[in-house]
Amino acid sequence: MKPLTLHRVLWTCAALLAVLFAMILVALKVGAVPISITDLALNLGRVILGRRAEMQSDYRLIVFGLRLPRIVLGMMVGGALSVSGASFQALLRNPLADPYVLGVSSGGAVGAILALILLPQVALATPFAAFLGAIATIAAVYFLGRRRGQLDSTTLLLAGIISASFLSAVIIFLMTTTVGRDLRGMPFWLMGDLSAPLPESLHWILLAGLIVGIGAIYTTAADLNLITSGEREAMHLGVDVTRVKLVVYVSASLLTGLAVSVSGAIGYVGLLVPHVMRMLFGSDYRLLIPTSAIGGAIALLLADTLARTVALPTELPVGAVTAMVGAPLFIYLLRRRLR
Amino acid sequence: MSGGENGAAATMPGGEARMAEAPVRLNVEQASYAYHGHGQSAPDFTLAATSFVASQREVVTILGPNASGKSTLLKLIAGSLDPLSGRVELEGFEISRLDARTRAQKIAMVNQESALLFPARAGDYVLQGRHPYRRMLRFETEEDVQIAEEALAQVGATHLRDRWMHEISGGEKQRVILARALAQQPILLLLDEPTLHLDIGAQVELLERLRQLAAESRYTVIVVTHELSLAAEFADQVVLLNAGKCLRVGTPADVYRRDLLEQVFEAPLDVDIGPEGRPRVYVRGGRTGRGLRE
Repeated sequence: MKPLTLHRVLWTCAALLAVLFAMILVALKVGAVPISITDLALNLGRVILGRRAEMQSDYRLIVFGLRLPRIVLGMMVGGALSVSGASFQALLRNPLADPYVLGVSSGGAVGAILALILLPQVALATPFAAFLGAIATIAAVYFLGRRRGQLDSTTLLLAGIISASFLSAVIIFLMTTTVGRDLRGMPFWLMGDLSAPLPESLHWILLAGLIVGIGAIYTTAADLNLITSGEREAMHLGVDVTRVKLVVYVSASLLTGLAVSVSGAIGYVGLLVPHVMRMLFGSDYRLLIPTSAIGGAIALLLADTLARTVALPTELPVGAVTAMVGAPLFIYLLRRRLR
Repeated sequence: MSGGENGAAATMPGGEARMAEAPVRLNVEQASYAYHGHGQSAPDFTLAATSFVASQREVVTILGPNASGKSTLLKLIAGSLDPLSGRVELEGFEISRLDARTRAQKIAMVNQESALLFPARAGDYVLQGRHPYRRMLRFETEEDVQIAEEALAQVGATHLRDRWMHEISGGEKQRVILARALAQQPILLLLDEPTLHLDIGAQVELLERLRQLAAESRYTVIVVTHELSLAAEFADQVVLLNAGKCLRVGTPADVYRRDLLEQVFEAPLDVDIGPEGRPRVYVRGGRTGRGLRE
């Protein structure tokens, strides 16, 4: 018997952080204007030494004005969506659960758009409304996904997919009928995109929300392990199921809402990353939550780097890349379950 | 099946000495319950007031046909349902008032079927039984591992430790699930139809093991079953339920009356008393009686 130790959690996270760092360097280097590793190292050195002024201004603009903020945004969004997906998978006891597949992302997007239409001046209204939209959607999907008082995994997925489709129609309706407002584009909300620069004020809100959300979920990680084998079982093993569900549903909706409010509805990250992490490191949530957070950052950064570079000189929305990889994986997992 | 556990399960202490003067541990006093369907005023199912007491080292079977209220009574004892009236107490405390963690340190439940969402190894599964003792954000200690190993040994499943749960047989799985319950170090062990998916050999083995555990480790064991002959053979006390009513509580010899059992199980039956004073039930089919215990 080799139970999980803190030591193993820390070393695994350290290894993943090293991969993430390498991925950041790659993402900084490649793009429409390629930058050599030497230049990158030189300029990073200058930043670390506090000699920003010595940098060439075009480098400063491209690397620190354009690429780095987008990288930071992508990492935060990827981490949030992955942890959210892993959490929904445990609570709904459904390995195919993902904020996008369940319609939670679209619900968040509807909330965010409504806030942009109704309260355009209030900066924090958008993420907050996205959070409300997300939590309302997961509540609706949860109740629609029940049969005779029991969660039914097929019904649940159908309820989610139908909700997502309905909410996408609402998004299109809102975007089409509202004119003369800066609502970002329809592809942004439907597919997700990281190219829109984030207002400075939101960066910190996003980071704080992320830490609170992931932290809250992590405190229930051992309980989530037991909830995956059934709520009644978990209860008999001493889990306060009602409290855990409340904490995790609210936190996972918060993470989804925050991510959607700054990047639109990026799909399948929350499905793909926890599955890969489970294959690599096992399904213990005390390890899965942190590895999904870092893995999500790596995955979305990779996807966004591809989105920026595969179709040069133009760019794809990152959601198109994740959907192209994620949808086949979804089918594969579904088929494997049905067998 | 390893060689060790056969020897361990072979000797059993004799009947009455086990129950002598042990203090009451579980007290079910006029406990009732009613399920309501959606928007209906009349309940779908009621469990009428039921009473019995159980002491340490005692094996109690809750016996009855399907839909007799067995599982409802078990849920009342497990604290997952609040009784509509009456009390269910463990060592003087009302079970439904205990918080989940304290309850899980005292009461362990072995359910019929537990589908795993993600693959787990038997050893890790048993370690889950230590959850009620673990603080938030803490990992398993050496002591937890040792207790889990002991629990596996107690059910003769040490060799299954590193096997995947989905790759072992039904009987082996049942043993691992029992080991997880033992790792909770409870005083009350509840089992819901534990023999349902087991062949007769594994059924007898499991029930003998439960008797032995009750005797050696002072558990109070409550088993829900509809298996008449197994209950007769292994129970110290039988609680007979039918259609939501408790018909009789007592030793198997007290409860196993032919007219009563025939009425409850709706089958022609014969009952006689075996050499150890335990009743035996036969189905009266056609010309010759056929034993249920083959």
